[in-house]
Amino acid sequence: MSRKVPEERYRKTFSYQFKAWLEGTKDPFLGRVEMRRQEAPPESKEEKERRERDEEALKARVYDLEHNFEMRIFNRLYRVFSILFCIFLVVMLLAAVSDLPAFGRGENPVNNEVAQRYIEEGLEETGAVNIVTGMILDYRAFDTLGESHVLFIATCTVLILLRRDGEEEQREGRDNDRLYEPKDDVILQTAARVLVPPILLFGIYIILAGHLGPGGGFSGGAVIGAGLILYLNAFGFAKTERFFTARTYRRTSFCALACYSLAKSYSFYTGANHIESVIPLGTPGAILSSGLILVLNICVGVVVAGTMYTFYVMFRKGGY
Amino acid sequence: MTIFTCILLGFLVVCAIAASLSKKLLNTILIFMSYSLVMSIIWVLLKSPDLAITEAAVGAGVTTVLFLVTLKKIDAIIKKESAQEETDEQEGA
Repeated sequence: MSRKVPEERYRKTFSYQFKAWLEGTKDPFLGRVEMRRQEAPPESKEEKERRERDEEALKARVYDLEHNFEMRIFNRLYRVFSILFCIFLVVMLLAAVSDLPAFGRGENPVNNEVAQRYIEEGLEETGAVNIVTGMILDYRAFDTLGESHVLFIATCTVLILLRRDGEEEQREGRDNDRLYEPKDDVILQTAARVLVPPILLFGIYIILAGHLGPGGGFSGGAVIGAGLILYLNAFGFAKTERFFTARTYRRTSFCALACYSLAKSYSFYTGANHIESVIPLGTPGAILSSGLILVLNICVGVVVAGTMYTFYVMFRKGGY
Repeated sequence: MTIFTCILLGFLVVCAIAASLSKKLLNTILIFMSYSLVMSIIWVLLKSPDLAITEAAVGAGVTTVLFLVTLKKIDAIIKKESAQEETDEQEGA
């Protein structure tokens, strides 16, 4: 014998809610996820009227298509070029895809002797005890070059989106940020004083020993970036600005990327073939060995650490 | 060894489901962070310490911090404090 549950109690059960969510009639997060809308800054009635009038006048002048010759030309060119660009992109991507080897053929790159050779002769040819590092920074160094440039482009995008220009906006960002900044937290500062030096040292060790053991530029750079963020949180911007500003980031990452590009960008012209290196490989296992790998590791580490720190700073207040 | 791995993998699945179903954004981020930590232990067990270091530094460290900063910026964390202040004001009045 089945018992009939009243409608209201049935609506509260998990199965009913799950069914409603499955059918899309109800969003369980609506009205429950904690989020508050941002409020517009307060302004007087006169200011508001003036702002609206200015906006209207500006709009009327910019979008007055009958008299604005440049705008008309721009609109037309915009349409033509957007279509051309889309066609170009589609054709290029399709051409690249049609160039790929067919799926599952015997002589595809997946099945050839490359992997075998990396494992058997990697140590001899690159001088790196850690085969993974030997692969990503010697055989496939141009891949890593692209990766570090991707990181740099990501930083540029964050800068474009979040950076505040001009003194007034920067002051505004600083004032806003002061609300969130921990104010001389004793626990945080003591912990940071103990933790930050080992973290930074460990990051440097990971970068420098990348060709000897697990690690390398990316992981070491990430550890250093995390250490810098902890230091910034504990002691505030005044302390970090002594050694890390926008200029520091620009210079270090430019030098690192330029160094890497000079060392390895020939791969794009030789078709990923190697040029005989004049740098001796040294004894495997020694810290100064394996040719350029140590230098490239340091370059990648510098770029990654700067990127992590810049992301955090931009998210916090939009300026260094 | 295998039992330990199984426990960790189960924890991973629980974390993934909990992170997507949790109704508080702060809890979601903390669960996501523990997911990354467990993942880095699993990388060590799978004998790839390189990835473990990166996962711990990026997944558990930097990403979490960036999420937290974003939550602060959209006023999703200080809600409780301001509510406390409001009640304080009412009591004072």
